[in-house]
Amino acid sequence: MSTIYICGLGAVSPAGWGVPALREALNKGEPLPLQSLDRPGGQKPLRARLVPSPAARPGFLAHQRLRRTSPITHYSAAAALEALATAPAVRDGKLRLGLVVSLQTGCVHYCCRFYDETLRDPATASPLLFPETVFAAPASHVATLLEHVTLAYTLVGDPTAFLQAVALGVRWLEEKRVDASLIIGAEETHWILADALWHLEREAVFTGGAGALCLSCDPQLSVGVQLAAITDPHTYSARLPRGRAARAMRDQLDGSNSDLLCDGLGGGPRANAPEAAAWADWTGPRLSLKRTLGEGLMAAAAWQCVAACDAVAGGRFAAANVSLVGGSQQAIGARFVAANRMPAATT
Amino acid sequence: MLFPAPSPPRRPSRVVITGAGILTALGQGWKPNADGFRAGSTAFRRVSLFDVSRQRVKVAAEADLPATLPSTRLSARQIARLDRPSTMLLWAALEAWQQAGWEATEDLPLVLGTTSGGMSLGEDYFRQAVQATGRHRQQATRALQYQSQVQARLVLDALGFNGPITIISNACASGSNAIGHAWEIVRSGQSDRVLAGGYDTLSQMVFSGFDALQALSPTTCRPFDAGRDGLALGEGAALVALETLESARRRGAAILGELAGYGTTIDQHHLTQPHPEGDAAAAAMTLACDSARLTPEDIDYINAHGTGTPLNDSSEALAIQSWAGRRAATLPVSSTKASIGHLLGGAGAVEAVVCLMALREQWLPPEIVFETPDAACNFPIVRQPQDARVNVALSNSFGFGGVNATLVLRRWT
Repeated sequence: MSTIYICGLGAVSPAGWGVPALREALNKGEPLPLQSLDRPGGQKPLRARLVPSPAARPGFLAHQRLRRTSPITHYSAAAALEALATAPAVRDGKLRLGLVVSLQTGCVHYCCRFYDETLRDPATASPLLFPETVFAAPASHVATLLEHVTLAYTLVGDPTAFLQAVALGVRWLEEKRVDASLIIGAEETHWILADALWHLEREAVFTGGAGALCLSCDPQLSVGVQLAAITDPHTYSARLPRGRAARAMRDQLDGSNSDLLCDGLGGGPRANAPEAAAWADWTGPRLSLKRTLGEGLMAAAAWQCVAACDAVAGGRFAAANVSLVGGSQQAIGARFVAANRMPAATT
Repeated sequence: MLFPAPSPPRRPSRVVITGAGILTALGQGWKPNADGFRAGSTAFRRVSLFDVSRQRVKVAAEADLPATLPSTRLSARQIARLDRPSTMLLWAALEAWQQAGWEATEDLPLVLGTTSGGMSLGEDYFRQAVQATGRHRQQATRALQYQSQVQARLVLDALGFNGPITIISNACASGSNAIGHAWEIVRSGQSDRVLAGGYDTLSQMVFSGFDALQALSPTTCRPFDAGRDGLALGEGAALVALETLESARRRGAAILGELAGYGTTIDQHHLTQPHPEGDAAAAAMTLACDSARLTPEDIDYINAHGTGTPLNDSSEALAIQSWAGRRAATLPVSSTKASIGHLLGGAGAVEAVVCLMALREQWLPPEIVFETPDAACNFPIVRQPQDARVNVALSNSFGFGGVNATLVLRRWT
């Protein structure tokens, strides 16, 4: 077993572009303002929390490959570059980098635009849009932007797949196939996603953005946090309902009530019930960031991990647990601790 | 625990295939597909699943689904909700499962590759949302069933097992990446067994997308032919049951072949175009063969990615040439996309099963429609049905976005 250090964090959220904006919003603890998303047909607008425009046009948008890309790629790229800012050796191409991008809904803006054009007349549907519809597009663009990516995967699933992506990045590190792993979770906001969420979970507010973690075995690169555990993925099935899966995940996570719990509560009572029950006995500090930010699916899972690591890195907590109870796949959790809290394992 | 994970075995386990399931436009199951690929049959016809009247190209390799579903553990409600991709996935999974003789267990990983698993449901959702505003019937079901992990969970419920689900969406390399990822799981001792594969079905948006790119052949899909003018789309699913050699022997299972190596790289040249020299593709072949401790001299057949587009095939031809060196001159190559089209996220998995068929039955799948070799092809294209001694086969898959994957399969005797 290797010791896995967190060597960078990145976030784009409705709170703004960057981890400081996320931290500030979460510290305030107040739900961010809601915006309206129009849907066709003049129906009642949908509620959402949109990512604000960046203060300045991001420099990476000048890159030839990123000129026509969709918001999900912009968010992913910004989170990636922020996560690598504290690891210049990785950013500057001195180390081999593995990239895992995880998505639930993917490149919906371009999918909807292209399919709309197809329905109007396929003979005139734009060939520029279609390549940007594939799940693999953000990973491809970010890999090109960073230049020195040697392995790249895109994982799809419910938000719990973010921690599977982290586990994959860890494995690449342990097998010495890469020197650092960059894990991104991202979604973009679109009326059709808010509409779909409304059908599944009326109380939830859709949002988008991205979160990123950079991992390495090198303690010199650490921001003061290390990965202590990722639980088994407890997959829902006919024999393992959500509640039992959530409980099984919770039982695999250590922790005392002085640790922080970053949970995924924030939707309606029905959606929250399994996770709330699994952590009912938790009396320690708890951060339910979806109450502030909204339901960002894979991005929200990434923010949970970013917020947990940021809290530990900032010395506010010695350890933080992340609880992900997905809507349609599995329950999975992780634990992050201060880097000096665990003895270095033999690599 | 995913982390910390148990220490890997000192020597990686050998990984064998004890079950394979396949459904393509050539049919459902091993035999019709083996017969079709062996003969070089083609399965293209006018698309009936959606309106193609305004498309430049109107044909694809559309699959016929069996009229009745196999008996599984799915409830009547689950069966009622099965869509086309889920049904294909189920047929392929069931065949692999039954062939392997596996029984229900609580810890069996499922790794799938797909690019647009439930796209047709997404299309239905979009159309209703914009054309029948205010009508919400079935939208919640579509929003849920559209997702690949939900389709994957149907496989678990149908066959009665549980375990982690991993969905890889590396575009057209997804199926190969899924099998390669599963190979790594078994080899590293994380699990004794994994069910893995890929699937994709025809959908209007994807068909229209490739047509808009003018990537579809308006004539006949002829990979590596000098006159090639594009790819043809297809649909289907294939899954393989992978397990350690020790596990297979302990069970007394029939071994269909060995998955001996896997390599994956990323080509950062362009979102939709490979590097013209095929550098990353050659690197994937090298990595795969290194992991199998084999050299190009040991390879008896390459099932090429071979989409039939001018750019892919010339790049892949150069990659094969640079990787194989002098061996290229006598190394048989073909692309079975000439028979069943490009299955996108399902392609790598289906083509791995085709390689398995060739290894088991000792033949090479031909490209009957092939006419004139491209000047870049310094290797023989398999053009006629032929029996052959095939001990090791290599399967290439290269995706939009630049992920390349190569699998190495070895005959089991």
